[in-house]
Amino acid sequence: MSTIERNTEPAEAPSVPPTPDRLRDVLRRLLGTRRVIIGLALLALLALLALVGPLVSGWEVGRRDFSAVLEGPSVEHWMGTNRTGQDIFTQATAGLRKSLLIGLLVALVSTGAAALVGAFAGYLGKMTDRALMWTADLALVLPNFVILAILSRHFAGRGGWLVLVVLLAAFSWMVTSKMVRGLTISLREREYVHAARFMGVPPHRIILRHILPNMSSLLIADATIMVSTAVIGETALSYFGLGVRPPDISLGVVIAAGAPFATTAPWMFAFPTALLVLMVLAVNMIGDGLRDALDPYSRTRRSPGEIRT
Amino acid sequence: MSKFLARRLLNHVVLVFLATSFAYLLAATSLHPRDYFERMQPPPTPEAINAQLDALDLNDRTPLAQRYATWVTGVVQGDFGKTIQGRDVADQMWLKAGVTLRLITVATLLGGVMGIAVGAYAAVRQYRRFDKAATAVSFLVLSVPTVVVAIVVQVLAVAVNDGLGFQLLRYSGEYSAGFDGTWWQLWGNRIHHALLPTIVLAVALFAAFARYQRNMMLDVLGADFVRTAMAKGLTRGRALFRHALRTALIPTITYFTFTFGALVSGATFTEKIYGWHGMGAWLIDSIFRHDVHVVAAVSWFMAITVMTASFLSDVLHAWLDPRVRV
Repeated sequence: MSTIERNTEPAEAPSVPPTPDRLRDVLRRLLGTRRVIIGLALLALLALLALVGPLVSGWEVGRRDFSAVLEGPSVEHWMGTNRTGQDIFTQATAGLRKSLLIGLLVALVSTGAAALVGAFAGYLGKMTDRALMWTADLALVLPNFVILAILSRHFAGRGGWLVLVVLLAAFSWMVTSKMVRGLTISLREREYVHAARFMGVPPHRIILRHILPNMSSLLIADATIMVSTAVIGETALSYFGLGVRPPDISLGVVIAAGAPFATTAPWMFAFPTALLVLMVLAVNMIGDGLRDALDPYSRTRRSPGEIRT
Repeated sequence: MSKFLARRLLNHVVLVFLATSFAYLLAATSLHPRDYFERMQPPPTPEAINAQLDALDLNDRTPLAQRYATWVTGVVQGDFGKTIQGRDVADQMWLKAGVTLRLITVATLLGGVMGIAVGAYAAVRQYRRFDKAATAVSFLVLSVPTVVVAIVVQVLAVAVNDGLGFQLLRYSGEYSAGFDGTWWQLWGNRIHHALLPTIVLAVALFAAFARYQRNMMLDVLGADFVRTAMAKGLTRGRALFRHALRTALIPTITYFTFTFGALVSGATFTEKIYGWHGMGAWLIDSIFRHDVHVVAAVSWFMAITVMTASFLSDVLHAWLDPRVRV
């Protein structure tokens, strides 16, 4: 009788390390960052509020309730009413919707433009580079505030908020594009880019397929920060009647209407402002967390002992 | 090096010229000075309006190119034209520029110094309680638009004044109208009025600087030269202060210069809310007043400050950091 027992079960194959899945890796790191989770939850909540708010409040945007003018929060008007009897909750959530939309669109357009301009300037070099970077410098010097103020007055009421989106985006791509250009110059000398070039891949495809995806994490983080910058800019302009203008409504418009009543009818100012601050805070939390989690050069994650010059 | 800087300066001059011209052309085509006069009470005759517009070089019946040529010729000689009320733009501009520069100089110094101190200390105490508190505060402040900060501070000031029964905090204007006294009383009155707007501006700057300086300091803290300094027997405090902080300050100083330039337009909202007659407030008012020449002049001033600041920050950086040869 043999004392050796044969293991009849098939031996377990040595575990192969899973192929690195970039998406899953990024997702894992993101979910490991508490700030991002809180920010995302907050933003989702606000987006829901913006979408559903005006529908469930029982009041239409701009509709006036003449029986309740400048009244505090009640069952009828959850956040009170303003001087003309408009429901603050409806106005604020409708404004939040427009502000969110503006922020997202501006971020999308400006980061897209920054990525393209920066990558083409960095990859092609020479005259293209100089021309594009000169344009960026010019856009930095142009009195963006003057142009925004004058043109948004000009286009008021005729799709004015879309013009505002284009203008805000037109004045916020420059710094990112310079950063993208710097990164592109270093990526240009990588083996895979050389390989693609020697195989005859045209420059525009190399940029879109090989260079931009390799800095996608940075671009995503940057776009997030851009959302909050755009929202703050929109609010400030609208506050002085130079950004979004009635009949369009945004948080800036609602806050501007409430500001003179900040002491006498605090609900008019406090609620829309709280929504705005929460939104910007949520976006900033996501952006900051993203930058930490995704950016390989991120300062907070870097091990001490190395200096980047 | 100097050749590089000279070329850069020339480029800046060209950019400023283009930016100002653009602002003038945009203002001249989109603003309607004629409306301003037509809405006067009692309405002047069309002939009077035309004569007035001609005198100001604002008549929309004159070809744009001709108006622009007149304006540029003046600007080259230091004459920025007349405001819509017939005053000299250049004179007024220096007055307003003084107000704005006074406000932002104090605010950037205050916010910058505090931000650098807090940021540097937070980096030294990374992940301790102080660091976490400082990060949370600056994060929160950066999420609140300056407009909101300014209004909230104003509301609080009203509440404090009401609670105390006298005007402890001033929140409107640069000085009390009709206030008279010795020169130090006048100065006191001005400082009294400057308190809140300066704080509002400084708070936002403080947050930005604290975050920036913390990152810069963290970069340096683990560096070999700091370890070497301590290994040679320097105390920790001395090594941190003399070696680490000095190196970490270089990028912050360039950032500081740049911020200062950008703040000329950035202070607009604070100025407007606190009733200060600075550059930004003047700009907003003149847009509503269809005042083309003022809009162009303010654009020129803002472009100049941004360019000067960016030029200075280049020079400073090259001077402070031997690793950088611009």
